[in-house]
Amino acid sequence: MASTEIMTVNMGPQHPSTHGVLRLVVELDGEIIKKVTPHIGYLHRGVEKLSEHRTYHQTIPLTDRLDYLAPMSNNLGYVLAVEKLLGIEVPERAQTIRVIMAELTRLKSHLVWIACHALDIGAMTVFLYAFREREQVMDLYEMVSGARMTSNFFRVGGLSKDVPEGFTAAVKEIVDTFPDRFDTYEGLLTKNTIWLQRTIGNGVISAEDAIDYGITGPALRGSGVDWDLRRDNPYSGYDKYDFKVPVGENCDTFDRYKVRLVEMREAVKIIKQALDSLKPGPVLADEPQVCYPPKENVYNTIEGLIHHFKIASEGFPVPEGEVYQSVEAPKGELGYYLVSDGGTKPYRMRIRPPSFVNLQAIEKMAKGAMIADLVAVIGTLDIVLGEIDR
Amino acid sequence: MGVEQPLGDNIVTASLDGLVNWARKSSIWPMTFGLACCAIEMMATGAAKHDLDRFGIIFRASPRQADCIIIAGTVTKKMLPVIKTVYEQMPEPKWVIAMGACACSGGVFDTYSVVQGIDVALPVDVYIPGCPPRPEALLFGLMKLQDKIGKERNSFGSAIGLGDRLEPAA
Repeated sequence: MASTEIMTVNMGPQHPSTHGVLRLVVELDGEIIKKVTPHIGYLHRGVEKLSEHRTYHQTIPLTDRLDYLAPMSNNLGYVLAVEKLLGIEVPERAQTIRVIMAELTRLKSHLVWIACHALDIGAMTVFLYAFREREQVMDLYEMVSGARMTSNFFRVGGLSKDVPEGFTAAVKEIVDTFPDRFDTYEGLLTKNTIWLQRTIGNGVISAEDAIDYGITGPALRGSGVDWDLRRDNPYSGYDKYDFKVPVGENCDTFDRYKVRLVEMREAVKIIKQALDSLKPGPVLADEPQVCYPPKENVYNTIEGLIHHFKIASEGFPVPEGEVYQSVEAPKGELGYYLVSDGGTKPYRMRIRPPSFVNLQAIEKMAKGAMIADLVAVIGTLDIVLGEIDR
Repeated sequence: MGVEQPLGDNIVTASLDGLVNWARKSSIWPMTFGLACCAIEMMATGAAKHDLDRFGIIFRASPRQADCIIIAGTVTKKMLPVIKTVYEQMPEPKWVIAMGACACSGGVFDTYSVVQGIDVALPVDVYIPGCPPRPEALLFGLMKLQDKIGKERNSFGSAIGLGDRLEPAA
């Protein structure tokens, strides 16, 4: 019997399959993984600290850059937390548009996930197709906010502005065409032998372990736990929409893949329902202490200009207290914990990023597998280093 | 007719520097080195709609095979030594593109952990502003880099060990 030796291999932070600047130290017995230690912090930008020195509105653009694959979900969680602390109601039209944008964001994030996950395992075509569809969502982002990625579209109390003309038609086109595109991905992957061999039985984590680790989102549902904050703790009027929460059975990478694909189809359904229920109305709450005045007042009246200047330069005071608000972001439960001391800036903001918590499970999922399968495990966890390191 | 052309249309006359510069600028191979948000726009630029391949730009995963590094994202103090190592592993000649506000100047992240611009450590050739820059902006930046490479002097001489490569004056 040949004697074996444990070998330690460094993977990252410069590695094409670690989805950014993740560094893994892997202990190997031959090709078998014995231990995986993630090293993080290569993208620590100090967002939580920065937000303590900014007014509540000025923090919104920082949240765009946390999970940069799903900027509007991040915006949504943050503005909901501030609104909860202030106790203000958001107009219905704003809520509906928020839901549409949040679900488009889910599509956008999952498209990058399927693109990169498939690319890592060796299917290049899916990458090109998924990025083609993503461009369509990006165009929509640009239409409403002017930016392709870092949208900064939501405001405390509503939206920065109403959606432009042509929005409904553009969203309709996505709703009509995307299900066919998802069929294309399924055609490329679901019965692809290589894909099946690489994903079935890979990265197994049982439901109990998944709950113990605090995993959320599609990674949890892939393990058979029926938990979705949109349904179980609704916000922004999600309780009005009819949608399924997909659940996996075999707790492996393939099931998580199927769960995410169904989630994309369900997102399209939610967008469709939201679009049908979209009624004209205001998009910003009638709270002059908090919300910016309409632009025509700012440009044409001195009162409007003063009002805008006051909110932009000084911010608005938020009553003393603390609040936790979470949303079902594409990657899992994204939570914001805000503490206010009564001033115009948060005393403390803590972000609970789904990727950070999900990444913990990497050792459990990769242990005993081959080193080549580690790439599939990273892909199926769908991590973004921007929100892990913050 | 008239002037006889014994070699046909097969010959182009050019200076050796021009030939080397043309070859280099038409096959820029950048490293896939995504740091943050800008990396996603870099990927979008490489995908079907914007298609970097038509410029001869093909991403390579190893610094040993690359001649351009696109710093796409926020550089933190923890990441800087890694970037320096990777840059040193790239063979000469090599060029650096700072993509996005963070790589140019630190961007919105004026904090204790963020390097305020990659130019503190690497010689940047092209700065691309934006947060993140659009794919069109990245393409324009790459075309500017091509122009810059096209104007370099002594490219051939430096390649065979005679003197240094001379960059054009800004």
